[in-house]
This record gives sequence, C-alpha cells and structure tokens, in this order.
Amino acid sequence: MDYFLTEEQVMIRDLARQIAEEKIVPVRAELDETGEFPWDVMKTLAQSDLFGLFIPEEYGGLGKGCLELTIAVEELSRACLGVSTTFAANALGTYPILLFGSDEQKKKFLPDIAAGKRLVAFGLTEANAGSDAGGTQTTARLDGNEYVINGTKQWITNGGAAEVYTIIAITDRSKGPRGASAFVIEKGTPGFTFGKKENKMGIRASATTELIFDNCRIPKENLIGKEGMGFVVAMKTLDNSRTGVGSQGVGVAQGALDEAVKFARQRVQFGHPVITFQAVQHMLADMATSIEAARALVYAVSRLVDSGSKDISKESAMAKVFATDMAMRVTTDAVQVMGGSGYMKEYPVEKMMRDAKILQIYEGTNQIQRNVIGQALIKEAARLK
Amino acid sequence: MKIVVCVKQVPDTAEVRINPETNTLVRDGVPSIINPYDLHAVEAALQIREAAGGEVTTLTMGPPQAENALRETVSMGVDRAVLLTDRLFAGSDTWATAYTLYKGIEHLGADIILCGKQAIDGDTAQVGPEIAEFFGMPHIAYVRKIVEVGNDRIVVQRLMDDGFDVVESSLPVLLTVVREINVPRLPSLKGKMAAKKAGILKLSAADLKAEEENLGLKGSPTQVKNIFAPEAKANRKVLSGSMEDNVAQLVNELVEMKCI
Ligand SMILES: Cc1cc2nc3c(=O)[nH]c(=O)nc-3n(C[C@H](O)[C@H](O)[C@H](O)COP(=O)(O)OP(=O)(O)OC[C@H]3O[C@@H](n4cnc5c(N)ncnc54)[C@H](O)[C@@H]3O)c2cc1C
Repeated sequence: MDYFLTEEQVMIRDLARQIAEEKIVPVRAELDETGEFPWDVMKTLAQSDLFGLFIPEEYGGLGKGCLELTIAVEELSRACLGVSTTFAANALGTYPILLFGSDEQKKKFLPDIAAGKRLVAFGLTEANAGSDAGGTQTTARLDGNEYVINGTKQWITNGGAAEVYTIIAITDRSKGPRGASAFVIEKGTPGFTFGKKENKMGIRASATTELIFDNCRIPKENLIGKEGMGFVVAMKTLDNSRTGVGSQGVGVAQGALDEAVKFARQRVQFGHPVITFQAVQHMLADMATSIEAARALVYAVSRLVDSGSKDISKESAMAKVFATDMAMRVTTDAVQVMGGSGYMKEYPVEKMMRDAKILQIYEGTNQIQRNVIGQALIKEAARLK
Repeated sequence: MKIVVCVKQVPDTAEVRINPETNTLVRDGVPSIINPYDLHAVEAALQIREAAGGEVTTLTMGPPQAENALRETVSMGVDRAVLLTDRLFAGSDTWATAYTLYKGIEHLGADIILCGKQAIDGDTAQVGPEIAEFFGMPHIAYVRKIVEVGNDRIVVQRLMDDGFDVVESSLPVLLTVVREINVPRLPSLKGKMAAKKAGILKLSAADLKAEEENLGLKGSPTQVKNIFAPEAKANRKVLSGSMEDNVAQLVNELVEMKCI
C-alpha cells in the first residue's frame, strides 16, 4: 500500500532494505545459533548513517523523526529481530539525552551516537522492578560533586556492547515516584561492571546483560534533567520508542509472510501447490490484511509523534499492542502454512516466531500497554463530564 | 593525492543481447548497474583517500543516462563525478574508449588511476591498460591488495594464477583491480542525499581537445563481425562412490586423457 512517503523516506527504506538483504539475511541464522553480537552489521549501519537518523543535524545526525526511524527499523526487522533490537535499543537509550539532556550532554554524546561510534543502552529494569518501575532499588547519592551509584540493573539490551548507558536510580526514596532520577554513565567508569549475559529464546543476536554498580562515582553533570524527574524521563522515553517496537512487529510479520507465500507456491501436495488450497490462502489473506492494518496504525502514530503532539502515551501504546500481538499471530501462522518445514531451522520462520515473542514483553508488556490505554480512556471520559 | 576511477554503466544481466545489424550491445529495456569490478575500484580509491588523503573523482564515458551511475558513486562518498558525453563518442571500441578516457584524465589530472579488471558486458579487460599506454605510464593489472601508498610510489599485490606478485611502481600509475581486493561499501544516507544534488561535470570532445578521427566509431580500429556465446561442451563426468575410489578413478581418467 502507498503511504505517500517522501522521496527521502523512500531512500531510507531502500537503503535499510538493501542492508537487510545483503548484510543481515546471510548471517542471521548463524547469529541466532551463536548469540554473537552483530558488530559487522552495526559497522555497516554506522557507515550508512542510519544511527544518525533521528538525531538533529547540529549534532551530526540527519534530523529526521519518528517515522523515518520506524521505516528503518521495520526493514531491519524483516530480516532479523535480533539485529533490529540492537539498533532500536540504541535509540531507546539515546532518547533520555535527546529529550531531557543539557546542551553540554548533547554536545558530548550525540555526535558519536549519530556516527555509530558509540552504542547506547537504556537501564530501567531490575530484579524487583519489571512492570512496576516503582520497585527500583538502585540508588544515587550525591557526595560533593559526584553521584555514587549502587545497585544492579537486569536484562539490559546492548549491555556490555554499549559505551553509553542511561539509567534510572533513586535519589530520594522518601519522595516516592518523584524520588527517581536519570543519569548517563559511561562504560569503563570504575565501579561499573557487567553481570551475566542472558541465554535467550529469541533475538539471540542482541546482547542482554546485568549492569552492576558498586560505589560507582560519576560527575554531578551526568544527571539528566533535574533530580526527581527520573520516571518522567523514563515514561517519555518509552512513549517515543514504543512505535519502534510496533514497527519491529510489522517488519518481522512481513518477513514471515514473504517466506510463507514463497513456500506455499512451491510446495506441492495432492498434485497442487498448497497455496491453491483455500484454507491456506485465507490464512495468508488474514496475515497480509493484519500486517497492513498494523503498518497503517504504526505509521499514523509515528506521524503523530513527529507532529510534536504532547500526549502520545495512548496512541503509542495502541501501536505497540496491536502490531506486536499481530506479529506473534502472523509468525505462528507462517510456521503453520509451511508445516514441518516451517518448524525446521532450514527455514527462517521458526526463528521469526521465537523472536516475535519478545515484542509482547519488552518496553512494557502488552498487559501494561492495555493499562495505559485504559487509563487514558478513563481520563478522557472524566474530562468530558 | 588525486585519484581518478573509471567506471562503466553496464546492463544488469548476464545475458547480454546483441543488435544483429550493428553488432553492438542492446541497452534498451535492460536495467543498468555500475560494472561490479568498478565498484571495487571505487572502494579501493576511497580507502586510499582515507589512508593517505586526497580527492577521488569518478569518470565515465557514456550517454547522458550514465549520470545515474556517477551519482551512485557520489552516494558511496567520492568527491566529484565527471561525465564524458558527446555524440562523437558513440560506437567507440576499447581503443577509442581508452583514448577518450585518457583525454578526460589528462584534463583532470591524476596520481593514481583505478579501473575494474574488466567490464562484465564486453569482458575485454583492455581499456585500463590501454589508458596507461596512451599516457606512457606504468600499469599494474589484477591488483588484489594495495600494500602501501607513498607520495611518489605504491606497492601492491598482483593476482597471478599461482599466487601473487608484490609489485612496486612509481606514480602516476594505473591499477586494475579484482574482486578479492575489498568489499565495496554500501551507500550512506548522507551520500545519497548529496548525490541527488551533486553537480556532475560534463565534458564534450571539444572540452577535451580530442582529435575527432580518434573518437567513436570512426576512431575504432576494431570492427565486430559477430558475437556469440561459445557452445557448451557436455564433456562432463560425475564420479560417485567413496573418496578413495574417486581419487583412483580420477587419476586413471587423467592418465587416459594424457593430462598427467
Ligand atoms: C530480551 C529482553 C530485553 C530487555 N531489554 C531491556 C532494556 O534494554 N532496558 C530495560 O530497562 N529493560 C529491558 N527489559 C525488561 C523488560 O522491559 C521487562 O521484562 C518488562 O517490562 C516486564 O517486566 P518483567 O519481565 O519483570 O515482568 P513482570 O512485571 O514480572 O510481569 C509478569 C506478568 O505480569 C503481568 N503484569 C504485571 N503487572 C501487571 C499489571 N499491573 N496489570 C496487568 N498485568 C500485569 C505482566 O504483563 C506479565 O504478564 C528486557 C527484557 C527482555 C526479556
């Protein structure tokens, strides 16, 4: 379907697609098998300027917005969700600096991020703080001109690989949700180490590790925004990044549909290609229709974000929920259409199905997204009275 | 360091069609790409620039549409692109092409000239070395690695049937490169945006002060009589069985064929 993309957006899509097909598809099975970090692909993405897409031109980026990022992430996801998670988590980690950072912080970090020289990670989750960020136990205590960080973050994408980390820590427990703050911490800072690397069901090319802070001292200037704004920073960051998770869903589902159609045209049973059976055709038709609906929603919400609209929580949650539930269904159905072959590692759809599952979990589970949407409905109704 | 890379726009197909009347390549309706070997030459030039500094210019002789190939090289990061285009150039064989490119490079100036080892449509591998001959400068063909670039000398590895030679040359020099030399980079977004806006310098026969009798069909000593694909000889035998049996069988066959 034509989404009336600009010439530049088409250029971005085509380049991301070329990288996906030439540099990612040939290595995705091996990356999945070994769980190796995709450094070569990251280098290619850096050379192609894709890391700078959403970063303002004054900091060496291309100054594009959410829709451009959405388009790029979709194309990468079509080939490999592990790679696209690595790429998207980089944007996730950058948003706190982009949205709330000081001029100095932006000048210091954004140019290298835009050039793909330094990867970024976002650290919110902890053992006791999953869906409930209020359970955060990592602390930051001001001591002279330094903050002293203590605590452990878990399941942090790009952990170890990234050079820059934006994290949330409690600065004043007595203030409850207003007692959290956001910080930027560089790899190599004494007292900052990495714990175990997770062995995952899917997106195995992406690195997921613990971040361990043991009396880690960072300069006061590394506070992002003001003290007490931590959860605001986190929530606005997630509002902005959620459409990216939606586009991951659209991409992986499209990749799975493409494989299923190709296979169904070739596979002959009962003397006919299986695609001639109406039962198979109807599955493919439903898959294609739901992908297009999700894409339309994700693009529309991306455009809403780019319009500068202040309150995007509800819509970005809708895009995430709809597109990722769709992706889980479509990738599962792709395996079904391909039968036993779909279940085998010779074909990429079993990986896509394993990979897709994470989309319903990370950056806020789909239950939590529905909570966000529900709360927005309640608020809107109350306002009408 | 001034580096000029000669690139050619070629039809994107292994099945080149020939116009039976003119015996020239049919280009209509066939999508065009940059000759793949030339992309390796562009990449080599960009790497030399990254290591030693300088300026990379891509140069092509062709019809106005060849501009697209040049823009693609701009999106990879070359500094400027030059199109030699003129009705007088039409119908050039390798000699006339080499002459025209030589005049173009003479106009631009170059310390290092890079070409792909051959073009996938004509497959002659002649144009690169011919350009060097026109200049009277050294050339090294089939370069698989650039070892060292100095101010007035260069050291490269030249691919041979039985390995490689290490060759040192003074500058200026012309190199033709093989696929093994590198992996051409993909375009960058900034490059693509720049390519859209980039000015392509266009030069005509008059601009080059080229002698007309050396140009185009008139300047081409080669007259193509016929082009055809060689008949495939189905003299093929597949050996089956264990590895030991295969080797013994293979040796017997080769002895019978008087190959060993
Ligand atoms: C591969 C991977 C990568 C990740 N990357 C990052 C990262 O880069 N940075 C980061 O900070 N975090 C990251 N996470 C963490 C991720 O965001 C959390 O896993 C997610 O927010 C859910 O938290 P949880 O796993 O603790 O689930 P829990 O919160 O324990 O939830 C368990 C179940 O209860 C449900 N539930 C919980 N509360 C409610 C409620 N109020 N209403 C309804 N249902 C509820 C959930 O939906 C879920 O089904 C990553 C996780 C994984 C697996």
